Amino acid sequence: MGVVKARVLVRPKAGILDPQGAAVERALPALGFEGVRDVRVGRLIELDVADPARLGEMCERLLANPLIEDYEVLVERDGG
Amino acid sequence: MTAAAAGGAQRAVALGLTVDEYELIVARIGREPTEVELAMFSLLWSEHCSYKHSKPLLATLPTEGPRLVLGPGENAGAVDVGGGLAVAFKVESHNHPSAVEPFQGAATGVGGILRDIFAVGARPIAILDSLRFGEPTSERSRYLLDRAVAGIGHYGNSIGVPTVGGELYFEGPYEQNCLINAMCVGLIATERLIRSAASGPGNLLVLFGASTGRDGIGGASVLASAELGEGDEAKRPSVQIGDPFAEKKLMECSLDLLERGLLVALQDLGAAGLTSAACEMASKGEVGIDIDVACVPLREAGMEPFEIMVSESQERMLCVIEPDALDAVLAVCEHWETAAATIGEVTDSGLVRIFDGGQLVGEMPVAALVDECPVYELDPQPPERPLYAPPPRTIASEDPEQALLALLGSPNIADRRPLFEQYDAIVQSRTIRRPGAADAAVLALPPRGELTPGIAIAIDGNGRRVAADPYRGTIEVVLECAANLACVGAEPLGLTNCLNFGNPEKPHVAWQLCESVRGLGDACRALGIPVVGGNVSLYNEGAEGPIYPTPVVGLVGELPDVARAGRLGFRAEGDRIALAGVFAPEIRGSELARLGGTELPRGLPETDVARVAASQRAIRDAVRSGALSSAHDIAEGGLATALAECCLAGGLGAEVVLADTVKPLRALFGEAPGGFVVSGTDAALRELGERIQLAIIGSVSGSRLTIVAGEARIELSLELLREAHGALAALFA
Amino acid sequence: MKFGVISFPGSCDDVDARLACARVGEAVALWHADHDLAGVDVVVIPGGFSYGDYLRAGAIARFAPIMTEVIEFAREGGRVMAICNGFQVCCEAGLLPGALLTNVGRRFVCRQVTLDLVNADTAFTRGLEPGERLSIPVKHTTGRYYAPPELLDRLEAAGQVVLRYAPGENPNGSLDDIAGVINEAGNVFGLMPHPEHAVDPLTGSSDGLGLFASLAASAVGAGV
Repeated sequence: MGVVKARVLVRPKAGILDPQGAAVERALPALGFEGVRDVRVGRLIELDVADPARLGEMCERLLANPLIEDYEVLVERDGG
Repeated sequence: MTAAAAGGAQRAVALGLTVDEYELIVARIGREPTEVELAMFSLLWSEHCSYKHSKPLLATLPTEGPRLVLGPGENAGAVDVGGGLAVAFKVESHNHPSAVEPFQGAATGVGGILRDIFAVGARPIAILDSLRFGEPTSERSRYLLDRAVAGIGHYGNSIGVPTVGGELYFEGPYEQNCLINAMCVGLIATERLIRSAASGPGNLLVLFGASTGRDGIGGASVLASAELGEGDEAKRPSVQIGDPFAEKKLMECSLDLLERGLLVALQDLGAAGLTSAACEMASKGEVGIDIDVACVPLREAGMEPFEIMVSESQERMLCVIEPDALDAVLAVCEHWETAAATIGEVTDSGLVRIFDGGQLVGEMPVAALVDECPVYELDPQPPERPLYAPPPRTIASEDPEQALLALLGSPNIADRRPLFEQYDAIVQSRTIRRPGAADAAVLALPPRGELTPGIAIAIDGNGRRVAADPYRGTIEVVLECAANLACVGAEPLGLTNCLNFGNPEKPHVAWQLCESVRGLGDACRALGIPVVGGNVSLYNEGAEGPIYPTPVVGLVGELPDVARAGRLGFRAEGDRIALAGVFAPEIRGSELARLGGTELPRGLPETDVARVAASQRAIRDAVRSGALSSAHDIAEGGLATALAECCLAGGLGAEVVLADTVKPLRALFGEAPGGFVVSGTDAALRELGERIQLAIIGSVSGSRLTIVAGEARIELSLELLREAHGALAALFA
Repeated sequence: MKFGVISFPGSCDDVDARLACARVGEAVALWHADHDLAGVDVVVIPGGFSYGDYLRAGAIARFAPIMTEVIEFAREGGRVMAICNGFQVCCEAGLLPGALLTNVGRRFVCRQVTLDLVNADTAFTRGLEPGERLSIPVKHTTGRYYAPPELLDRLEAAGQVVLRYAPGENPNGSLDDIAGVINEAGNVFGLMPHPEHAVDPLTGSSDGLGLFASLAASAVGAGV
């Protein structure tokens, strides 16, 4: 049983004001990028885990705050 | 020169040394230097570490005084504040890194000065910052301002040290070379002050704090000793990354080790990392040191010995301990979650020897590294033609009301609240006067009997007026700072300075530096204030030319009763207002002249320093006696601006009539050292008037500011004044 | 009345909190790595940047060894006052409802604000008058109070909102201008403003002293 590479993406729940996302959305047109909407800024956590089955629990307990954040777990599978 | 020597010289030059310096090194150690040795020499012989262009000048400054307990040469200077306590303080620059990466540059500037303070055993209790950028019309300057302020706040707030004051200026010559000067003040029982001299052959060298990586490699030599030009993006990897959480633990750990008496000597790692820390400890103690880089905890794999020796990874300290103390030291470090490792020992060889495991990779006499860097004579010559372009013109009208509104809203005068609200000014529960409440910050000391004594702190610099007249302009800087202390009732005890100048190898810059240091020395001697330490930042210059010569000074003073600390805002309807002190205003060289696009004057009027000092003492005593309601010194924007600031801070209007009816604009907006706006009862002001020149000019009343000066008339509501004064908020939107 | 103030790595206002508590009772320091509450009557979780605010403010501190004891203490009715970072820790630990988010202005704000006392019927506020106005400083980057709509309605209906920013004074965009809340049982109180920095007229206002004094005057032991 080797080590598995995982990535957890944490983002603010829809409906919660995200001032960071709003600031980025305001800044892009000034740099010449038009047509950008719905910018949300979150967090990426990369980790090597022995037991990927426990990632969900890790997210619920520490990596994300389920009251205000959604999370997505991406696991690299060997050979595919 | 042999082929091998030529190759060595080439490497040396790439590291910032001159060919002559390289040959001196070869002659001194009797052979070609190894990679480690060359790296160490290049850093310790850089301008930033060796002061090779400024040492003789700095030696002319007064460094003695009855309250001085630690003078220049240690990590920070300190003055006695009574009650068995001393206050340690210092100001340092972090200009070049901040121009490349302003958030981390400013943050690590704060981190570095904090370490200098707890390196002498003092608990940091206050931070102040002096910031200078190009005109705010420049997107780059707005970006630098925003990120620098965020960086200072991030570091200071996270570590729990209040940022209680500072200054901010925008002038064209700083566009390519911003100035970030950070000052820190700390408190310690006088007998606990610790020095950095290593001693006791056989004693251990312990490195504690963060692990060592490749941060800032080449920082001191590459960034601080060279002009910034094109291709500076490539210098980005040289910027150090700060971690205030790590420093908080490091600080508590250091103070705890000292409290338990476990340390022989302590030094922080700053510019040139382990190299300068270890060599300076050895030099001060006149001993030798052996270091094994294989023992240094690393955060990156495969680091070369020279990289380990020059790394500028942040949040690290070096101490000397007796071997018996090691277990206790490691236990304290573990309690504070701070890593620690024994990396070497003190010897009596007078040599610095670097090992990599069993292998010797460098061996040099300590003296050669620290004391024998050549010192260069400056070749000062006054500039033949103007060095600086006139500022952009932003006002056209000479209407006094328009002029006052323009001044209040101008970037160098407008309300700094949007900036200082980003800083925690109150943690540690000592802050008596928060930013904006008075001309200086005031912090409480432990109570002594019925009264609570305190210290006052201010930081002030000037570029434009020093460019006009380096000698007289620098005297004005010291007087301005002392005036700020007088307004809260404090007597100055010691001064720290940061000298920000261009390339000293150019004669006109050398002249600016020499004249400025002469003025600094003369002003300090006239006011009886010793210089306790400081910093020099040279090579602040680009293709457009040098920055304005910018001496920045920080003063610490004492006051016997913080309950009587002065305030700048008017306090009571009906109070009388007076113009006090020696005040000979001039429009030439003023902020109004700057807004009008006028070029710099050649020279400034002479100041009667003794009379100004006497005025300051009288103001200080009047504030201490509780007789005055408010006191504010007249600075940028002249008397009218000072009156508006007093109205706005107090939320009260004023009615004023000025005697000078001949040149009303000069009376309203002219600038010069020595003038104060004070308020209080008629009796209190008349009593002050028996000690110094004083004219009662009006009363606190209503919700408008009305000033009559001959034909000129200003009548503006507080609301209008406040709206103009709030101009800076747009920069932080 | 014995107050215990916890120090985590990175706590900044722990000393200030101890000084404030010492004005009305006995104040001791509690270490994050210990499992001992030293028999205190009130636990204070102070302001600062515990664990560098890494991951989320308070996210790591909530798992500190001492918090096992604090959670048990709170379950049994022990009184907990959670200030700023303390409030964040308690929300993360589930001791208080809701969460604290980044200020709408995205910047750190240090400012004296006026608060309205909404609930004067708690162990922490009984010494004050309902509707009283308090001048107390805030200093934070992550102080915007948030609860999902249903939870928010329940809190308001149940009188769990204890302090609100006075009209026009909300510095961070908190929903319903909420500055401080209490748990359902009424024994855990979290607030973003810093009452420990409002206990001495020399350094500001002394309006915060009433919160500590209310606690000191309340009955020792279980029950609120």
